[in-house]
Amino acid sequence: MPSFVIAEKCDGCKAQDKTACQYICPNDLMALNRDLMKAYNQEPEQCWECYNCVKICPQQAIEVRGYQDFNPLGGNVIPMRGTDSIMWTVKFRNGVLKRFKFPIRTTAEASIDCYGGKPEADMSKIKEPGFFNYEARKE
Amino acid sequence: MEKETCTFSYCQKPEIVEHETDLLLIGGGMACCGSAYEAARWANANNLKVTMVDKAATDRSGAVAMGLSAINTYVGENKVEDYVRYVRADLMGITRDDLVYDLGRHVDDSVHMFEEWGLPIWKKGDDGFSLDGFQAKDAGKGTLRDGATPVRSGKWQIMINGESYKAIVAEAAKKALEENRAATGVDQNLFERVFIVRLFKDANDPDRIAAAVGFSVREHKMYIFKAKAMVLAAGGAVNVFRPRSSKEGQGRAWYPVWNSGSGYALGMQAGAELTLMENRFVPARFKDGYGPVGAWFLFFKAKATNSLGEDYCADEANLADARKKYGDKYVDKMGTAMRNHLMMLHMKQGKGPIIMRTDEAMDAINKTFMEQLGEKEGKKKVKHLEAEAWEDFLDMCIGQAGLWASKDIEPDKTPSEIMPTEPYLLGSHAGCAGFWCSGPSDIAGTPEDWHWGYNRMSTVPGLFMAGDICGASGHKFSSGSHAEGRIAAKAAIAFILDHPDYKPTPRKSADEMAAELYLPYEVYEKNKTYSTDPEINPFYIKPVLLQTRLQKIADEYFGGISTWYMTSKTMLEEGLNQLKMLKEDCQKMAAADLHELMRCWENYHRILSLEAHARHILYREESRYPGYYYRGDHDFIDDDNWKVFTCSKYDMETGEFTMSKRDHKNIWPD
Repeated sequence: MPSFVIAEKCDGCKAQDKTACQYICPNDLMALNRDLMKAYNQEPEQCWECYNCVKICPQQAIEVRGYQDFNPLGGNVIPMRGTDSIMWTVKFRNGVLKRFKFPIRTTAEASIDCYGGKPEADMSKIKEPGFFNYEARKE
Repeated sequence: MEKETCTFSYCQKPEIVEHETDLLLIGGGMACCGSAYEAARWANANNLKVTMVDKAATDRSGAVAMGLSAINTYVGENKVEDYVRYVRADLMGITRDDLVYDLGRHVDDSVHMFEEWGLPIWKKGDDGFSLDGFQAKDAGKGTLRDGATPVRSGKWQIMINGESYKAIVAEAAKKALEENRAATGVDQNLFERVFIVRLFKDANDPDRIAAAVGFSVREHKMYIFKAKAMVLAAGGAVNVFRPRSSKEGQGRAWYPVWNSGSGYALGMQAGAELTLMENRFVPARFKDGYGPVGAWFLFFKAKATNSLGEDYCADEANLADARKKYGDKYVDKMGTAMRNHLMMLHMKQGKGPIIMRTDEAMDAINKTFMEQLGEKEGKKKVKHLEAEAWEDFLDMCIGQAGLWASKDIEPDKTPSEIMPTEPYLLGSHAGCAGFWCSGPSDIAGTPEDWHWGYNRMSTVPGLFMAGDICGASGHKFSSGSHAEGRIAAKAAIAFILDHPDYKPTPRKSADEMAAELYLPYEVYEKNKTYSTDPEINPFYIKPVLLQTRLQKIADEYFGGISTWYMTSKTMLEEGLNQLKMLKEDCQKMAAADLHELMRCWENYHRILSLEAHARHILYREESRYPGYYYRGDHDFIDDDNWKVFTCSKYDMETGEFTMSKRDHKNIWPD
């Protein structure tokens, strides 16, 4: 189900040094056409449909169209990702619509204090089981 | 065939950046994020530098990039030794109990950390029904660390709201790296969009690993990372076999399409010993979309049958045949491989398609809820449950939701087809192909050759393995990979501290490395104008066709879908002949840009991974994993001769494999 970019909506993230979709795609698929200043999926047959480009696009210019080697036309799935939850709209080929909202995170983005309140590493235990903050469980 | 060389006569030489560090983490998935978190804490206290290099953006890299709907390894109220038994049974009796036990006694802390960092985890409500991460918080359910009860979908699995799972874990890893920068005064220690191609040994100590070399896929820059130790966790191998889908559907691999075998290939180049590389995973999944079936089987209690409504695992004739070939013990355990085997027999006998009865499962749940709760409350719970079923896909396999929508499938009304996929090579999910690594040294009864002082270190001093490529110990999944990354990183820091005088000196010069890495660029630039269409040119092979040929060889000779996973000595040998020529053709790989340069080397990594897979299948003269692959010439399980670890070493200079066996032992009885 490769992602595609809606020409009218994409502005090539011109305010930034690279487009959001290029930044995020785990498989390096999104590219920018510098003449048009529009992004595109340069290798649709390597797209895992992970939707990370769809979720990150500030213009909501990216959607996904089912792989045509096995998907009939007409269905689609559109996310709206917020800071703590995500909304999904699933549209069926026959027009049925389903909407879902799921939590994605219980803390604020960028708020993780990774070692806050955790013990220092005890160097005398570096060759024993366990982590710096955790004694391996015993049975 | 004339050998090509790169003298940068046709393409521009890249800028070369040398980066010295103490610990290098290769990969950015769950395992390396775990490594970063654990390593930095130990490193900061000792002024050691930790560097992570990821071929993508860490927020969304690795196998969890899309998200997950469950954490499949959480020991919780269970016993660690039962986890050891479960993993061993599912992997047909041959696993490293020491590695599995070690993972089991550590993994829960990683899960507790995820929750602390913000991952919503479902909890059991007072009425016995499930609460999502927000509802649980509102109901004051507390955290798993405090003793709250998770929602189990199986004995080891817990349900989560995991759309942002990787982003959360990456944030903690990036914070840890930031703290290491502050402690050591280094400017940069996270390199995203840098693809590692080669590992190099040390000039003064030929056993030891000294450098990892790669290039930026964004700028014309080559990177040489010199390190005293490395954690390699660059994933398994996907799309080595011809997939069932064609054209654009190829991207819809069950495992992440960007797992290109780099983990295996990099370790092989360093000469690290492999184990159980014949193992593979062929998951039975919803057809084409490859959506997860775990929650449907375990949580919604759906049944899969053949098209006549019969349980394919209860076919007496097929069971009797399986008992004869593979033995009562393995049939009675009915692990994933055996269930696959019985499913495939019915497909081959024309009783397909195989159907997951989602409609019947939902109907049964509906009835129970109405009876237990009355109509109003029952309906509410059913609606919640329907959302949970969709979330299972939307969290981790959105394309399956799209496929259902495209085919007008509502799971409560229409059942869905399931199907065994193409084969995958991996060691963290339900597979165990990987490297022979040291276990911990404190578990009583561990054979001597299973541990050599540094947990998760490969047979190459200084090179540690985690996640998909630490072998003989599957069923780690996301949480276990994170925990294993932590275990490996901690041991790597100990190794660095034990060898304070070591200064990595790579065996090759920077110019030699650049000539090797950028050869596909030079080949392309030199020859591209010979034909009017650069895509069709007799002097080179583009990465897409390199992958196509690789997949065709794998599929037809090494037991892919087109032979129903069947192979034999004669088939393997012919396939290996063809693979040899493909390997030679890698001298003529051609890349028009940095993206294609990455694709060239990814496919080279796939080729090495596949060759190891085929050599191991050839070596093991039995069919240890029926349902995953069959040796037609040895279609039986032979515990007397083959209940052993198959091992191999690859010699990068000669291209030769040396095969061997190591004894297996159950540390905990069955």
